Amino acid sequence: MRPDLDIVAAMVAPGSRVVDLGCGDGALLETLIREKGCEGLGIERDPDGFHACIARGVPVTQGDLEAELEEIEAGAFDVAILSLTLQAVRHPDRVLAGMKRIAPRQIVSLPNFGHWRLRAGLALRGRMPVTPILPYQWYDTPNIHLCTLNDFERLTDETGMEIERRVVLNGNGEAERGPAKLAPNLLAQGAVYALEG
Amino acid sequence: MPPGVGVVETQRAVVFDGDRPLTLDSGAQIPRVEVAYETYGRLNAERSNAVFICHALSGDAHAAGIHEGDDPDRPGWWDNIIGPGRPLDTDRFFVICANVLGGCSGTTGPSSPDPRTGGPYGLRFPLIQVRDLVTVHRALLAELGVERLLAAVGGSLGGMQVLQWTIDHPGEIDGALVIAASGRLSAQNIAFSAVAREAIMRDPDFNGGDYYDTGARPDRGLGLARMIGHITYLSEESMREKFGRRIQDAEMPRFGFDVDFQVESYLHYQGQSFVERFDANTYLYLGRVMDYFDPFRDPVKVQRRVEAGGTSYLVLSFDSDWRFSTAHSKEIAAELRLAGAPVTFREISSSHGHDSFLFAIPDYHETVSGFMDRLAGERDIG
Repeated sequence: MRPDLDIVAAMVAPGSRVVDLGCGDGALLETLIREKGCEGLGIERDPDGFHACIARGVPVTQGDLEAELEEIEAGAFDVAILSLTLQAVRHPDRVLAGMKRIAPRQIVSLPNFGHWRLRAGLALRGRMPVTPILPYQWYDTPNIHLCTLNDFERLTDETGMEIERRVVLNGNGEAERGPAKLAPNLLAQGAVYALEG
Repeated sequence: MPPGVGVVETQRAVVFDGDRPLTLDSGAQIPRVEVAYETYGRLNAERSNAVFICHALSGDAHAAGIHEGDDPDRPGWWDNIIGPGRPLDTDRFFVICANVLGGCSGTTGPSSPDPRTGGPYGLRFPLIQVRDLVTVHRALLAELGVERLLAAVGGSLGGMQVLQWTIDHPGEIDGALVIAASGRLSAQNIAFSAVAREAIMRDPDFNGGDYYDTGARPDRGLGLARMIGHITYLSEESMREKFGRRIQDAEMPRFGFDVDFQVESYLHYQGQSFVERFDANTYLYLGRVMDYFDPFRDPVKVQRRVEAGGTSYLVLSFDSDWRFSTAHSKEIAAELRLAGAPVTFREISSSHGHDSFLFAIPDYHETVSGFMDRLAGERDIG
């Protein structure tokens, strides 16, 4: 499993009802169901991801997460997860508000567009940056709403969410232990947030 | 397509008789119930590989293969999904399909003799519900020595039986495949059903349901009911693709009240071929079975049973189906999830309308295969 997903999994209490919005191949949900006795549901648009979920025995709905999110009843889950997907949705603000509506706890991970290498790439080379955590060319990327950690934290505040915990990530999606914790908006490649609201 | 299950035979079993009549959910009794069924593949030593197919309104026990002497190009109604290497893989699974209670293709129904009078039941056959259909399926399984199912699979009314089965008898089914079904008919569904019923009952040959010995059957009414039904099974797109506004057997319209457009000719053909194989009373009874279906009426009971059952569900719909649209399937998925069941849901893209579940659509069959593989893997079925 991707290291950032291990960090997400550690934030989920055993036995929780969990929805993973954009669950990919269902690896995170499988871990939560098997190891933590959670009840899980994935939403995944990609047919390969959908079939991988079936093969793992992870319950999944195939569809667009923004449309499916609207149809989920308020308070239907304990935890709503959005991992490395916020930057790819059409309306990040509505998705956050929707997550708050369906679950009292939310876990969101995202790449940090404020990382110094991205800033430097843009400032010095004058080109849209390509990095391990954001490996796409500007014209061929699913990431349509990139933001910095500061931008994101401001949006959570506007959505009425409290940041309960933040784990900053290095380029491999592992937890940063060094100076990135002091100035994450400049030094972290991404972060995982545990939110309440 | 590789060869299917080959030549098969419909078998019969008497599952209720004598001291053991069938008691319906309503309390009414049917003294003797015979079931017509077919099986494909072999039951394994652990008896863990049985898959039950529930058929839809106009289906029968002959789901796959051909009968001796039949045209090999006209196999059973769901042959494309059943057979060696097909999604319901008969090399691995023991597949059973039975004509439903109230049917007219070998299982006891309104056209069967009432042992108390010797003549056909007609409308003296008691009203039945989906759960009564399930009761008879389970009696057949007991007869076959099958105690639990790896999977139960059904489209439309078939899916409704699968759903009721998992709710009424928790713990008997590992995986439930509920395809193009509804958990509760809409007012529009019931309206169409009412018009079909009226068409049959207003036919002068209907004779209050006692037409078996009169020499004239309510073919016009039943044919009309089927024509109405068929319109709801197709999508506007599939009708446009298939017929457009083309004229039957001519270039120019004939301008008149007889059949002129191809789509009219097609509907007439559907109506006529249907009356040759189907009984009007069965159409009435099974139509009513669907109208009254409401398995989620008592959410507390559903939750208790679904939790106890441990069944995982695959709910599928088709985007061009307007009889039981995706909204119906999503409602089923939502109700089951609310009750705590693991539910996988997918809307499949297809232009064939409600009938899509009978077509070999790659996305659809791949999803069914994947779900079946998963169920088989959990029971170590190789």
